[in-house]
Amino acid sequence: MSAPRLLHPGAWWLWAVALSACALRTTNPVLLCLIIAVAGWVVVSRRADVPWSRSFASCLRLGMIVIIVRVVFQILFGVRVSGMTLFTIPEVTLPDWAAGVSLGGPVTLESLMAALYQGLRLAAVLACFGAATSLCSPYRMLRALPTVLYEAGVAVTIAFTFAPQAIVASRQVREARRLRGRSDRGVRAWTASALPVLEGALDRAVALAASMDSRGYGRRGSSSVAVRRRSIGLVLLGLVAIAVGSYGLLDPGAPALFRVPALALGAAALLGALIAGGRSTTRTRYRPDPWAAPEWIVSFAGVVAFGSFVSVSRMGDALNPSTNPLEVPAVPVLAVVGLLVAALPAWCAPRPPALVAPSTMAVAA
Amino acid sequence: MIRFEHVTITYPEASAPTLVDVSFEVPEGELCLVVGVTGSGKSTLLRAVNGLVPRFSGGVLAGSVTIDGLSTSAVPPRDLADVVGVVGQDPAAGFVTDYVEDELAYAMENLGVAPDVMRRRVEDILDLLGLHELRNRPLASLSGGQQQRVAIGSVLTAGPRVLVLDEPTSALDPAAAEEVLAALTRLVHDLGITVLIAEHRLERVVQYADRIVMVPGDGRQVVVGTPAEVFGQSSVAPPVVELGRLAGWAPLPLSVRDARRVAGPLREQLASVDSAPFSRATRSPGEVIATTNGLQASYGPVTALRGVDVEFRAGEVVALMGRNGAGKSTLLNHLVGLREPASGAVQVMGSQPHRLSARDVVRVAGLVPQDSGVLLYHDTVAAECSASDRDAGLTNGTTRTVLDRIVPGVDPSTHPRDLSEGQRLGLALSIVLASEPPLLLLDEPTRGLDYGAKQRLVAVLEQLAADGHAVVIATHDVEVVASVADRCIVLAEGEVVADGPARDVVVHSPVFAPQVAKVLAPLALLTVHEVELALAVASDSPYK
Repeated sequence: MSAPRLLHPGAWWLWAVALSACALRTTNPVLLCLIIAVAGWVVVSRRADVPWSRSFASCLRLGMIVIIVRVVFQILFGVRVSGMTLFTIPEVTLPDWAAGVSLGGPVTLESLMAALYQGLRLAAVLACFGAATSLCSPYRMLRALPTVLYEAGVAVTIAFTFAPQAIVASRQVREARRLRGRSDRGVRAWTASALPVLEGALDRAVALAASMDSRGYGRRGSSSVAVRRRSIGLVLLGLVAIAVGSYGLLDPGAPALFRVPALALGAAALLGALIAGGRSTTRTRYRPDPWAAPEWIVSFAGVVAFGSFVSVSRMGDALNPSTNPLEVPAVPVLAVVGLLVAALPAWCAPRPPALVAPSTMAVAA
Repeated sequence: MIRFEHVTITYPEASAPTLVDVSFEVPEGELCLVVGVTGSGKSTLLRAVNGLVPRFSGGVLAGSVTIDGLSTSAVPPRDLADVVGVVGQDPAAGFVTDYVEDELAYAMENLGVAPDVMRRRVEDILDLLGLHELRNRPLASLSGGQQQRVAIGSVLTAGPRVLVLDEPTSALDPAAAEEVLAALTRLVHDLGITVLIAEHRLERVVQYADRIVMVPGDGRQVVVGTPAEVFGQSSVAPPVVELGRLAGWAPLPLSVRDARRVAGPLREQLASVDSAPFSRATRSPGEVIATTNGLQASYGPVTALRGVDVEFRAGEVVALMGRNGAGKSTLLNHLVGLREPASGAVQVMGSQPHRLSARDVVRVAGLVPQDSGVLLYHDTVAAECSASDRDAGLTNGTTRTVLDRIVPGVDPSTHPRDLSEGQRLGLALSIVLASEPPLLLLDEPTRGLDYGAKQRLVAVLEQLAADGHAVVIATHDVEVVASVADRCIVLAEGEVVADGPARDVVVHSPVFAPQVAKVLAPLALLTVHEVELALAVASDSPYK
């Protein structure tokens, strides 16, 4: 195997996006669990010993919450589906203005299973996202982006740092409440801690912005205002078009115009922005990550899995097992093989470099 | 290189300007130290150098700041990146990337430096600051001193002629502070970089300074001069300078080395004096308040405490020392029940603190955390006080009474954020003290305090010990340990490596010895005040 190094972040993200596209195409619980397992196995085998590598676990927990919420909502507000009634909760007659919303009523096994499958699908997408962020930090991904996207991207990085910082800040606030002798439980405790947490996050964001500015971020070369506006406009147009196009590809019911044409328009707009912006920008890049054989293997592994899912969905309904009538989901062999290919990076990707001394990480000073 | 001309800075909604009519100039290649009491506007002054004040802070700057001939009113900070590098108080807050190498290259990428030049400069800076072994490390895994050096490196790669640092060593243990200061002096001496630095712990930096800018902070003019000139008249001075004043040495020594060379006669004069009478160990500790037994703690795979056995008694002040990350804060958190012991036991007043409810735990143990501001989240001092009474179920006005004892005369309608550092610490301390916990814990209480505020804090702590509290301070500040601690516990890698009378522990340690002890070694005198007392005894002594 090749020497330890960090894989190009683009490869990990391509792999993860392909895997989550697989998840979005199916509600088959066996395949969804397999997707989560594949993501988890690759993360465990190839993540570096760094703070953000723990985000996979948080994403799994978030996924559990999503499933529970989805099922609870189905029980309380879901559309009533005929079938095997498990239990009945008291029905509330809602006033006329709320017509169409049902509250309570018989809860059937079929409706619960459908809700469970849908929750599981979201959890699998979250797991793929968590895998990508565990395997490479969001900032490394942004470094690899073309310069025109970079500046918008850094704003996104700051947004990304908000969540972990808010977690740290809220722990501090909770501890501070305990030190003052207030109870640290209950809804009131949470609402009371929201303001200091937000204040702290805002202070940090301003400090980070000041640090970035005094290190030359946002510095312009000789480019004119008009050129800059044109490239920013093209970037925005391109991003929106690509978002629409990806949605169209994932949702089989979307109009044909929203698929390939939208993607092509987006790609063209971004290309235009690259050409327009590339001429004026002064930014350079330090030691860009190489794109070598392991990167090809990892991204192909994801693409192969997605391809297998597309061909299975062409062949029949195996990806979306019926819940009404409820039946044991069939397991399409081709899709399973595709997912096994997606697990290849656990062996084929280079190991991340080991830390010299993993000593004092996370120990509060 | 840096020129301030009649600069007056007023923040929005402030009743008075923070800096009034400041004029000074720093020539190229000097290390200039900015000193002043807390809240006097040192940080404001530093951040005005590249225009972060007023561009990021709001407010109005009258007068002009020019740097290398460029006026900050005309040029935004980002266009000054290759002229001046600014490192803030908390280096980690300014990190943009995740890895050491990326962070070092970040400024150059923004400036559009050619890739081959970039590669070479990163290698140079790695060597210059001794960071080459850390190049592949994630920033979050670095210690405080390492982070500070990376932050300095990350602005240096842009090739600035001026470096501005705000309290670069205040959060660091003595050894890590040495590391950072050694790197800075190399920059000044070898590369001719102009350095402007603010620092409270003068004892650490004053010997390296060519020039001092003293910001009095009460509307008076700033004083600029060589260290000897400024400290001849200033009330803010490191212990070695005060010792020089006491002994009448001229010129005033600025470093331990200078002082030791002239201290021979003083040492001889004091040699006959028995230091025992000045030892505070005479304050006899009472009953045991808290104990830990084989206490273990870990964060994930990292062990923070390995079998710690300590006890704290009523009426003693214990200093907890050790490197950043040695487990000091972790031990304090266990004593106040914020964390549950992984194994071993913690007992405070006969109960296990992590089992107690929030309201009960404050009656046995109180902790003032490192950033005392996190304890405060109301709009006014009065609201903080009454909320504290309500939380702990005390009669109305208790907290205010305690506050008046510790820092008298705080305006009740002030917002806690507008208090000075010392007042804010006092307010946090009185909130914790209001329910009269027998065990009082303070985590780095002297961070950001000037000498005057430290002396007041020391007086308060001595009073609390005399009232029968067991006081534990986790600190890097050897001078404060010297003036207040009875006992000193040194932690290393989560283990207790020394536990004994403060005098015995610190005097012979090359790292933890206070300046006076270093000057007068082998005599066991720790503070200027002790020397004063000893001199009085010596002059009365019949054997003289």
